[in-house]
Amino acid sequence: MKPRLVLTFCLGLALIPMEALSQASPIGDATTGAEVYRRECASCHQIGEGAVHRIGPHLNRIFDRGAGSHSDFRYSDALLRQGRDGLKWDLRRLDAYIENPRALVSGTRMSYRGLKDAQRRADLIAYLRVYSDQPQNIPEASPTAVIREVDLPESVLAIEGDVEYGEFLSSECTTCHQRTGSDAGIPGIVGWPEEDFVVAMHAYKQKLRPHAVMQSVAARLDDEEIAALAAYFHALARE
Amino acid sequence: MKLNRRRFLGTATLATAALSAPAVLGQTRPRVVVIGGGSGGGTVARYIAKDSNGAVDVTLIEPTRRYYTCYFSNLYLGGFWDYDALGHGYGTIARTGVNVIHDWAVGVDRDVKTVALASGDSVSYDRLVVAPGIDFVEGSVPGWNVSQQSLMPHAYKSGTQVQLLKHQIETMREGGLFVMVAPPNPYRCPPGPGERVSMVAHMLTQSNPTAKILIVDPKENYSKQALFEEGWERHYPGMVTRIGPDMGGDDFEVRPESMEVVIDGEVEQADVCNVIPAQKAGRIAELAGLTNDSGWAPVMPADMRSRVDENVFVLGDASAQGDMPKSGFSANSQAKVVANVIRGELTGSRIFPARYSNTCWSLIATDDGVKVGANYEPTDEKIASVSSFISQTGEDADLRRQTYEESIGWYNGIVADIFG
Ligand SMILES: Cc1cc2nc3c(=O)[nH]c(=O)nc-3n(C[C@H](O)[C@H](O)[C@H](O)COP(=O)(O)OP(=O)(O)OC[C@H]3O[C@@H](n4cnc5c(N)ncnc54)[C@H](O)[C@@H]3O)c2cc1C
Repeated sequence: MKPRLVLTFCLGLALIPMEALSQASPIGDATTGAEVYRRECASCHQIGEGAVHRIGPHLNRIFDRGAGSHSDFRYSDALLRQGRDGLKWDLRRLDAYIENPRALVSGTRMSYRGLKDAQRRADLIAYLRVYSDQPQNIPEASPTAVIREVDLPESVLAIEGDVEYGEFLSSECTTCHQRTGSDAGIPGIVGWPEEDFVVAMHAYKQKLRPHAVMQSVAARLDDEEIAALAAYFHALARE
Repeated sequence: MKLNRRRFLGTATLATAALSAPAVLGQTRPRVVVIGGGSGGGTVARYIAKDSNGAVDVTLIEPTRRYYTCYFSNLYLGGFWDYDALGHGYGTIARTGVNVIHDWAVGVDRDVKTVALASGDSVSYDRLVVAPGIDFVEGSVPGWNVSQQSLMPHAYKSGTQVQLLKHQIETMREGGLFVMVAPPNPYRCPPGPGERVSMVAHMLTQSNPTAKILIVDPKENYSKQALFEEGWERHYPGMVTRIGPDMGGDDFEVRPESMEVVIDGEVEQADVCNVIPAQKAGRIAELAGLTNDSGWAPVMPADMRSRVDENVFVLGDASAQGDMPKSGFSANSQAKVVANVIRGELTGSRIFPARYSNTCWSLIATDDGVKVGANYEPTDEKIASVSSFISQTGEDADLRRQTYEESIGWYNGIVADIFG
């Protein structure tokens, strides 16, 4: 009898909207990425069916490929060495290389100034991704989407940060991150929306973000302390 | 009250018998019909029935009385698993409250929401789940059609084909040639052909060590390739050759009558030939108008709902959802999402965001197991992979044995989840 009762009251329930269930976001927008590719890469690289090496190697199946691994292309010694040392073109490495080739592989022959705009890089990478292994066929292939960094309970996000305590704690940060907010060499962290700050720190704490130093800093901060730091660095911008 | 209801049912059945559409039968409880009692369909039927405690009327339509899993059928080939242990009946699913009808679904009328059965009966639904697995694309292997499956078996759907293939390999002449025609993407179980080659090699190494294996493959690369190649080199040196598209593996024809395989114009005489054709969604999905040009049925990433009909869900191999490989594990994972959503829509129970995952284990040789797996999240466009892992080449024997043992645990777990 009970199930029937439930039924009578609830049958009218509407479908819940799809968007509410969506969680991950694609690496970038491949359509926009095609345009970025045309402007930034196409003069040296080919991609797609029948692509061959030109000034640079073709870019089909670049994802998960070892650096310098086309035996029929002449790479710089630097890239070959990195390849032997295990450099692979996964999402993170591609992103870093496109942002600034020489920062990742000093001595690379790719004379490209780099692409600073993170969104445009993401779109470009999404476009390159289309020509690499499809995970439904090769399940070990690189991801095609990125998950929202950390799922934090509402209660953690709601913690009201203690600014004074944050100021005290911030001294550990300001050894590297400047109070002026300058981002020369090391990212500025002043004036961030508190929630972004909290999410970022928890992502390091949970080792979802790579970076050994930040992981170890975050490891010993508790929820209150992270909230305090977030509140402090946010407030600092208004000074 | 009770009496009235029974009388009402009685008259309803009588009244509609002539139209062979007992549609009114389902008015008291919302009705879910599931087509296909495999990994996806079996799971979804059982979970809805179990979790709704009878509040939802669940009907499962499946022609066979025993479901033989494709998973571990390669291990049966290799002599690691019994054929009988691949088979699972529908008794427990029925006892959970599912109305199991052993028949074929032959049509779906999505306007009036009924499914027509081969017997001539029809069943009506509020929500329909279509999980018929795969069918083969006709003409995809030149020279072969399904009527020749006894000469050149596919052994890629559940059932007796794999027994036939095993028998052919066992009775192959000494030093004979086993040929596998591998399928193009996408197909069910990406590491399946590689695992099969491993198991055939294992079998031949023991009973017919001078025999050879030739893989004709139209794909440039395939799942777990590095792991399989390393394993073949180690366990079965010199036995396995693969002809990829660069060597003409995408240009072939078979002649089942004479057991010949023509590759890039050259004739090979085969002793056993395993033809795995290109695949598409099980035919009923197409008949129901749920598929597109790709041959698969596109679905919404958040809940596997058909993109063409909000009352219909397609899951498992038949669906085009994005990055999840077509596997029993995936079908089972998707089915739980669908069960949660359908029950929520029909009874008001809570609906949670989808969680999808997959792991595929493969056996390369005795105690040499490997795995690949990933987590998936819905995006607006598709179910996307967000992380993955895979066994590494060069792993030590202990780890490989653990992986194999883990796979047995998985097999026992998933069949218990669906049928046990
Ligand atoms: C050799 C091999 C090895 C594999 N190994 C693994 C593995 O190790 N791990 C893994 O996860 N997966 C593995 N798989 C893949 C796995 O078997 C499939 O992906 C899985 O069975 C798909 O589930 P499904 O529900 O979509 O289809 P199926 O399990 O095929 O079920 C479909 C069901 O629908 C029924 N049906 C079809 N048409 C109709 C109709 N018109 N009316 C009524 N019923 C109908 C069929 O009889 C069948 O029972 C392997 C596959 C093969 C071939």
